[in-house]
Amino acid sequence: MSSASPFAIDHLVIVGNGMASHRLIQALAEAPTRPAHITVIGAEAQPAYNRILLSPLLAGEIDPVGLALQNEAWYADHGITLYLDEQVQRLDRKQRHVITTKRTLTYDRLVLATGSRPALPPVPGSTLSGIEGFRTLEDVSRLAAIDPAKGPCIVIGGGLLGLEAAEGLRKRGVEVSVLQRGAHLLNRQLDATAAELLADELNSRGLKLRMNARVSRFESDNEEGRVAAVVLEDGQRLPCQRVIVAMGITPNAELGQAAGLATERAIVVDDTLTTSDPRIHALGECCQFDTHTYGLVEPIWRQVEVLADHLAGRGEARYHEAPTATRLKVSGITLYAFGPTEASEEHEILRYVDGGTGDYRRLLLRNGRIEGAVLYGDTRMGPWYFKLALEHSDISDCRRGLLFGEADASALGDASVGSSALSASNSSTSNSSASTSSSPTPSTSIVEAA
Amino acid sequence: MQHADTACQIKTTCPYCGVGCGVIASVEGERVTHVEGDGEHPANFGRLCVKGSALHETLGERGRLTTPLVDGRPTDWDTALDTLTARLQVIRQQHGNASVAAYLSGQLLTEDYYVANKLFKGFLGTPHLDTNSRLCMASAVAAYKRSLGADAVPCNYEDLEEAELVVLVGSNLAWNHPVLYQRLKVAKTRNPLMRIVVIDPRVTDSCEIADLYLGLKPGSDALLFNGLLAWMAATHRVDTLYVEAHTEGFVEALDMAKATAGDIATVAQACDLDPERLETFYYWFASQLHVVTLYSQGINQSTSGTDKCNAIINCHLAGGKIGLPGAGPFSITGQPNAMGGREVGGLANQLAAHMDYHLPGALDRVSRFWSTQTLAAVLPEAPGYKAIELFDAIERGEIKALWVMATNPAVSLPDAARVRRALNACPLVIVSECVSDTDMLAYADIVLPATGWSEKEGTVTNSERRISRQRGLLPPPGEARHDWWIICEAAKRLGFGEAFGYAHPWEIFDEHARLSGFENEGEGKRLFDISALVGLGHEGYERLSPIQWPVTANAPHGTARLFEEGVFPTPSGRAHLLPVTPRPPEQKVSDAYPLRLNTGRIRDQWHTMTRTGRAPRLMNHRPEPYIDVHPEDAATYGISDQQLAVLAAPHGRYRGRVRVANAQRRGEVFIPMHWSDVHSREARSGALIEGLTDPVSGQPESKQGAVSLAPLSVAWEATLLCADDVTLNETALALDYWTRIPMQGCQRWQLADARPVHDWLAQTSAWQLAPATLWCEDAGEGRFRAAGIVDGRLRWWLMIAPPRELPGLAWLEARFNAPTLDDASRRRLLAGCEDGAADTGPVVCSCHQVGQAAIVRAIRAGDTSVEALGARLACGTQCGSCLPELKTLIEEERRHAHAEQASSPEMA
Repeated sequence: MSSASPFAIDHLVIVGNGMASHRLIQALAEAPTRPAHITVIGAEAQPAYNRILLSPLLAGEIDPVGLALQNEAWYADHGITLYLDEQVQRLDRKQRHVITTKRTLTYDRLVLATGSRPALPPVPGSTLSGIEGFRTLEDVSRLAAIDPAKGPCIVIGGGLLGLEAAEGLRKRGVEVSVLQRGAHLLNRQLDATAAELLADELNSRGLKLRMNARVSRFESDNEEGRVAAVVLEDGQRLPCQRVIVAMGITPNAELGQAAGLATERAIVVDDTLTTSDPRIHALGECCQFDTHTYGLVEPIWRQVEVLADHLAGRGEARYHEAPTATRLKVSGITLYAFGPTEASEEHEILRYVDGGTGDYRRLLLRNGRIEGAVLYGDTRMGPWYFKLALEHSDISDCRRGLLFGEADASALGDASVGSSALSASNSSTSNSSASTSSSPTPSTSIVEAA
Repeated sequence: MQHADTACQIKTTCPYCGVGCGVIASVEGERVTHVEGDGEHPANFGRLCVKGSALHETLGERGRLTTPLVDGRPTDWDTALDTLTARLQVIRQQHGNASVAAYLSGQLLTEDYYVANKLFKGFLGTPHLDTNSRLCMASAVAAYKRSLGADAVPCNYEDLEEAELVVLVGSNLAWNHPVLYQRLKVAKTRNPLMRIVVIDPRVTDSCEIADLYLGLKPGSDALLFNGLLAWMAATHRVDTLYVEAHTEGFVEALDMAKATAGDIATVAQACDLDPERLETFYYWFASQLHVVTLYSQGINQSTSGTDKCNAIINCHLAGGKIGLPGAGPFSITGQPNAMGGREVGGLANQLAAHMDYHLPGALDRVSRFWSTQTLAAVLPEAPGYKAIELFDAIERGEIKALWVMATNPAVSLPDAARVRRALNACPLVIVSECVSDTDMLAYADIVLPATGWSEKEGTVTNSERRISRQRGLLPPPGEARHDWWIICEAAKRLGFGEAFGYAHPWEIFDEHARLSGFENEGEGKRLFDISALVGLGHEGYERLSPIQWPVTANAPHGTARLFEEGVFPTPSGRAHLLPVTPRPPEQKVSDAYPLRLNTGRIRDQWHTMTRTGRAPRLMNHRPEPYIDVHPEDAATYGISDQQLAVLAAPHGRYRGRVRVANAQRRGEVFIPMHWSDVHSREARSGALIEGLTDPVSGQPESKQGAVSLAPLSVAWEATLLCADDVTLNETALALDYWTRIPMQGCQRWQLADARPVHDWLAQTSAWQLAPATLWCEDAGEGRFRAAGIVDGRLRWWLMIAPPRELPGLAWLEARFNAPTLDDASRRRLLAGCEDGAADTGPVVCSCHQVGQAAIVRAIRAGDTSVEALGARLACGTQCGSCLPELKTLIEEERRHAHAEQASSPEMA
């Protein structure tokens, strides 16, 4: 890497204007050693917005202006060129060109932050119209326009995004069924008990939940080629006016792949977020580090820090994987989880259950240290558990107060356990890459703690 | 008294210990709202201890007997009394008068006692009427009679305050007579020259004010006092003038003392004492004239208790330390009316009014006094069976009918297993009782609901011979009746109506006073004489102020001190010194039972807890049956502090929680005497004590058992709190350990068992608790907590963990009494406390509910005096009975801080 002199990089081009891109730009904009020129190319018609808030927007809980991050003027004020509604067609690495539908740009450094798209089930009929994702403002306006009277909607995917979409539609008066491949909801975050509490709550609100439901095909009964039903592997046919797919994401790695960058599931980067071409970096959902690809916001924020350091700093930061805690909010239901969801034989389990209020906590301990936690309902202790886990704190002394809270535990044991203020992550997440920029910088503290 | 329509204040007397404190009760409607010490009562001058000040909390109809029962079935009084008399008569006709017996109690009022004694001895013609005072005062009584000629405490409470030296021997005054202890303590502050010696195998809270402590070997007291007599003689400190003028038997007593305890070295070795400390005590005793030796159950409850008392009295007589202000051998009574009971003849070897069988003319005199125009009283010729003998006779089948009043011999007598067998076999057991749940009721054929402290009218006599009125405050609940009424109604049905036609207790008292003065003059004059109280009438009786007997024409305002002229009610007019041969306890420690067992009362409880157990705050001081064990013994037996353990003796076992205590001598354990089968599984001290008695007094050797100690191995321990109306089914009571602790609006159970439980939710169902609403577990640590909520109300709360992990229970108690649980409370329910609320630890100050942890924090924050603690936390400012513990905590913290300093010199 070049030494950190001012204007070390003359022209930085960033492909993509999602939340990761936006955060990187923010970090670079004020840096004294920022690249001299920064150009951002976004495919959507508006500048980066807070994708996490799409769910409350769909549910009608907030106004669209609430999603805004920075307007175009801000980019201009900071000497950043912003091209919106513009697709990048290809890269010419030899010439260091980015070729878009409208122009060709020459870069000194290039950042690919192209994000991801909804994964579609590989079954017949998945290209029918009326089968949609839930990732963009445009998606939200389409979903918001659904007429409840025209029949039920089906959400495929009982993960967080699927449930948020389903709840959002339900609140608009639409009859919604959620199809989940696995045996319980949120199987990447919750254990069976918490998932059951969640399912009970959602059921009671009127959502229809189908577990172990595998889609075998989509059917149309009209000439426009619109979806009219989902057929399951067990033969059940579920009529619907619309299908929302939220069963995972596919990294948008094609641009890099076509340019000959090393690519596996996504564009492969090293611990400086550099691809196989030293002038090209990849960030966020389109990149792959070791075997990891990304959907949660917290590690991506850490990637942004590392990359910003390389583009405008001392170039010493390195990215490495760290445990991630997810604090989830599904329409008023709070969840907090980190670590493994299912216990192995070496785990000791601590559990708190209130069947009446639905409060649930489950800790997985290994060798007297917290390794995983699932909290449902009352999640106030989540960050404290996460901190203990990150610090590998031996909790033997305060184990008996652990399920009740920090004060109880410190009354019991060594005052050093959990004595400092909470510094662990409170990162808000959707299963896509997204977060609120207004939140404190939790990832910083996580890096330090780890 | 200020009477108003709805609210008034009534003066009465406390029903607990022998101090006999005056109480002013505030009564509103049918509720006692408050009690306070009577500032005018000479026993306490306004003070009350923690038990006394909780009296109003023990009242209420809950748990009271309110209906007569015959063969377990509720019935009316006529049926119950008709059945009772019919069955009694059948037994008398078939087996003779002597097949009928009564066992009374120092809890009865003098009037109740009087009519019971008159009925059994005078008209049923059986001598077998004894009382639980036998377990308490019999040795002291026998010794007074042998040496002074009468069952008469020479001193009064003021003598304690006026003494130069007070010797507490076999008395933990601080816990058992707290108000007297407080008086003594104040006196010591006022007179810095006053010295106090505590002689006790245990370091008790009374040591707080001791200038000298002698931790003697249990049961070696007679040797100690024989040694004192020999030392006085050897150092020419015998008051030879007094001895020659007023005593006899000195030479024989001294010879025996010299023979058995002739020098300091011998005594020190035999009593296991430091010779210099021993000699210091001897020197102090011998060189002061104004010495009071205050002794209690530590002396009396022995197979040589009478001799021990006499060994003490010998020293007082030899030094002339009697009949003077601030001097005398002072036996302090355990029960509120032990003395009153003896005044009417409540012991089996007495007739009535301090007349015994062997007193010339006594039988004839009492017979004549009791006979009416048509009824001849027929008194038995010879003394009856003393308590232990009485139950032996029941077991033999000699006694067929037993009437028990106001006491619980199934718990309190030694070798209780045998007592229970006897009760089981007895054809007719009648029990007069206030409370619906006692161990005795299981053995009763006829149960009679009696009135209790707040309802009764009568008199009691305290330890300084002071007669005080107990006054009714509340109407009796349900069908409960006064004991005197029950006895008189039975007497009427037995055909003795003419001798029992009393309409009110004042008439009984009047007759009792007349008998005390009946043919009581000249040669052989009886000391007990309250003839000046004859003819008070109803009104005079109501107004009766506390007064010390004798009350005669010559001493109409009572008598503060006896024997001031050196004249004693013996045939010769002289006091007797008795030669005492010290004898060791008859219960021997052995390889099988290697530990010496000591038993006693605790600060906040009374007897079998039928009353004090109803006041939750009194349960906080020592909530569970426990075993005090010396640290080295604990190590030897592999038991740690707060662990459960079992004591075993040849005929019984005791389960309790170990308190590792430096206050114990090595090889000796201490257990409280209060727990019964109603409150705990196998936690009766009586089960460990053999039925061995003093040959003179018949008092059992309750202070010197022999036991083995072993840990109670359990797989789990639990604390279960249940709302008052939740009952625990039988499976819970079959556990290896259970004890029940009443709280306000809920009950606390401590449970433990050796059989592991794998599914606690299933176990709560097996106990038939409402389904668990919330729970948490840490299976790896064996920890589980759960709670049941029904209709928004907390019904039960369970914690599987050793009780030391309990939060302070006040918060949970409040949740049981809350109409609904708010969300915040519910989320804290399993934690059992407010978020981050500091645990205040076990309660030390019962009055203000101040916990140990809070006190320790305050001490660390600089409150290093009890005054400072009181100012900050209010602890110790009401009854003062926790002051010794506060001082100990201050001292421990000081030592702790000191030790820390020493171990980290770099910090110094």
